[in-house]
Amino acid sequence: MATVDKSRVPWWVSNLIVPLVNLTLALFVSGLFIFIAGENPFEAVSLIIYGSFGYIEGFAYTLYYTTNFIFTGLAFAVAFHCRLFNIGGEGQAYIGGLGVFLVAINFSFLPVPIVWLLAVGGAVVFGAAWAFIPAYLQATRGSHVVITTIMFNFIAASLMVFLLVDVIRDTTQMGPHTVALPEEQWFPSFEDFAALFGIKIRYSPLNISFLLAIAASFFVWFLVWKTRWGYEMRAVGHNTQAAIYAGISPYKNIIIAMCISGGLAGLLGVNEILGVHHKIVAGFPAGYGFTGIAVALMGRNHPIGIFPAAFLFGILYQGGSEVTFDMPNITRYMFVAVQGVIILFSGALENLFRPQIENFFVNRLNLKAKA
Amino acid sequence: MVSPILELKNINKSFGHVHANKNINLTINKGTIHGIIGENGAGKSTLMSIVFGLYQANSGTIKINGKEINLRSPKDSIINGIGMVHQHFMLVENFTVLENIILGFEGELVFGKNLEKAKKDLKNLCDTYKLNIDLNSTISDLSVGFRQRVEILKSLYRGAEILILDEPTGVLTPQEVDELFKILRSLNEEGKTIVLITHKLIEIMDLTSEVSVMRQGEMVGNTKTEDTNKEQLAEMMVGRSVLLRLDKTEANTGDVVFKVEDLTVKDDLDVTRVKNVNLEIRAGEILGLAGVTGNGQTELLEALSGIRKVESGQIYLDGKKVSDSQNFLDPRELKDQGLAHVPEDRQRMGLVTDFKAYENLIFGYHDQQPFSRSSILNHKDIISHSKKIMEEYDVRPQSPNLITSNFSGGNQQKIILSRELNEKPKVLLVGQPTRGVDIGAIEFIHQRLIDMRDKGAAILLVSVELDEVLSLSDRIVVMFDGKIVGEKENTNVTDRELGLLMAGVV
Repeated sequence: MATVDKSRVPWWVSNLIVPLVNLTLALFVSGLFIFIAGENPFEAVSLIIYGSFGYIEGFAYTLYYTTNFIFTGLAFAVAFHCRLFNIGGEGQAYIGGLGVFLVAINFSFLPVPIVWLLAVGGAVVFGAAWAFIPAYLQATRGSHVVITTIMFNFIAASLMVFLLVDVIRDTTQMGPHTVALPEEQWFPSFEDFAALFGIKIRYSPLNISFLLAIAASFFVWFLVWKTRWGYEMRAVGHNTQAAIYAGISPYKNIIIAMCISGGLAGLLGVNEILGVHHKIVAGFPAGYGFTGIAVALMGRNHPIGIFPAAFLFGILYQGGSEVTFDMPNITRYMFVAVQGVIILFSGALENLFRPQIENFFVNRLNLKAKA
Repeated sequence: MVSPILELKNINKSFGHVHANKNINLTINKGTIHGIIGENGAGKSTLMSIVFGLYQANSGTIKINGKEINLRSPKDSIINGIGMVHQHFMLVENFTVLENIILGFEGELVFGKNLEKAKKDLKNLCDTYKLNIDLNSTISDLSVGFRQRVEILKSLYRGAEILILDEPTGVLTPQEVDELFKILRSLNEEGKTIVLITHKLIEIMDLTSEVSVMRQGEMVGNTKTEDTNKEQLAEMMVGRSVLLRLDKTEANTGDVVFKVEDLTVKDDLDVTRVKNVNLEIRAGEILGLAGVTGNGQTELLEALSGIRKVESGQIYLDGKKVSDSQNFLDPRELKDQGLAHVPEDRQRMGLVTDFKAYENLIFGYHDQQPFSRSSILNHKDIISHSKKIMEEYDVRPQSPNLITSNFSGGNQQKIILSRELNEKPKVLLVGQPTRGVDIGAIEFIHQRLIDMRDKGAAILLVSVELDEVLSLSDRIVVMFDGKIVGEKENTNVTDRELGLLMAGVV
């Protein structure tokens, strides 16, 4: 197996064909699971497609999930450009949500658009602060962020349960959640927009946070590839020694990258608190932080890749719930397994077929060049 | 009657583009102490790793006792009676001596009769060769010298007839070296063949009966130790090839712009690598720093460029103190003061090889106008600047968007050089500017350095290539064991004189 001259592989082969092949394989293996479970895989696929595209509310749900995955995927990607494996998105999102709520409830005397801006700021600051501690430990003490961020997920979860039970609980209710925010602060939802055009649709959690996610994607692209900070972060990530030589501080950049990463994860709180629950509910990040890792890896840590990857996972979440509803043999956990297979093929086994595929195309191009 | 125990014929080994061993022939006679000497990077360790089965040669044959064998792993070598003591010991720290020695051979040994027998055999070996090791002590309690003995004992226990020692004295104190040599002599008296890899001439003269010299991957000499002397060996080691001719006029020197006073620097392991070094470089001159690799040049360059902390002493740039043990400017601040640095290891330090060429062409200057304005990179200016200097420095291919690792070594070096020279520095620190660079590029790079000198830059050239130092420098200093051991005007100094200084002979 000869190695391929990387410079001669067309970009669309490594960035489109290879992920598509991996995805197809993952779907094939998932289909086998479904078949073994005693259901028809083709029926399952058509259910997934119907559930996520077939009716307007279903599609809105897909985009709502996509929003969350974009935030957490971007968060992971930014840290990864500095070669930091931030798996603390879950905790950072949770604390980010706390920031959103505290800002919104305490500044409710201000005009609503300003409260929104401040609340987004609160999400970023709280998420960043939660990422800062592991970042600081990594930069100064070499404590690996993989360990510390995962610990901080647990700490965040415990802290939030404590707050929701003992400190900021809505005392008129039994559940571990806060009081609701004043209704005028709620983010306009998709149904509100539809109503503007006289279209009446049923409830869906999709709200203007989706636009915020798109804005965040542009921000990340600009930050990583167009600014001095992104340049320095990438330099530290690729070659720390060289960065030191060039006068770029690894210490500073580790902290900056992690804080931006945490801030982006915190934005998930905006979608969930201002857009959906309108209060803090225990456990609202619901695993989006972890799935974000897969989204980022599948999207090759680039916003242009993260968007379709997030959308794919949105389809799986929404379509998956449709399948579990209609097919009694397929449980929710079955779909967790399907996600796992996709992560396995597009993340861990990403290079399984890459050399062969790249070789194939390079050889073909060579033949063409000769002919 | 001498008979060869180990014969190597036409051994070749390449790592990527680096040809580490070129057509090596070597015969080692039974019952001798055979020294293999050469500079770091000459290919000695590679060759012996091939003999020990750690690497496989690309071509060539190996014979032991006249029989051709195929060594695919250290296990094959051990079976054939070859033992190796590595520079870095391969012992399990929290195991006892005994446990370490039977590791991998434990099989049925762990309990009972066989273990007792093993113990007895080891005791005998210890007594015969006066190793003086307590088999029940834990490795982590032993000094480095004793750990080395455990390695030797391990090889002997596994039936080694040929014992290869890779730079065995590098980690030892002088007393431990004496002890080691005693042990090696007694092993030799008992009929063992010993191969000693070293870059220290004194050890060769002290201990060996035959010696082979390697230089740049080639075997350049084989002789009986008694037929040669240190001077001759030093000359062979450093080599004497034709000097490259350069258009170089007399240096037109100005004031001292870079001055180093009593500089002491430690490495990451807290070992003092630079000891009380004093240097002065004038505007318009090239000061060559010669020396065998690993004598503190790397740490010196790192300290001068602000990458490594100064332990004591001062550094002055343009008459202004820029670094001492308390206050020091970081690399970026030094750049602002007019210091540029072409690092020794371009891939580890000088470049981010995953970056595109244009990103590396502004590396370290990326925060300056016109490359970035209020922290936003100015793509258009960066690309046009990149195209311009790629053309000026003949970097091929001239594509700023190509990933840097796709450029050849010489062109990568040109990327760094063009980046640093383009800033018109007052002081230029250059480490190994032509390592792994093809001939054409070498001439080009040398000419550029001379041009910089003529424009009034003070240049410190650190190189292990003596030819390079001799053909470029106006003045030469030699570094050995962290100290400056000699300074010569480059008028009628010979490579032989320098070679002796580099080897620490005089």
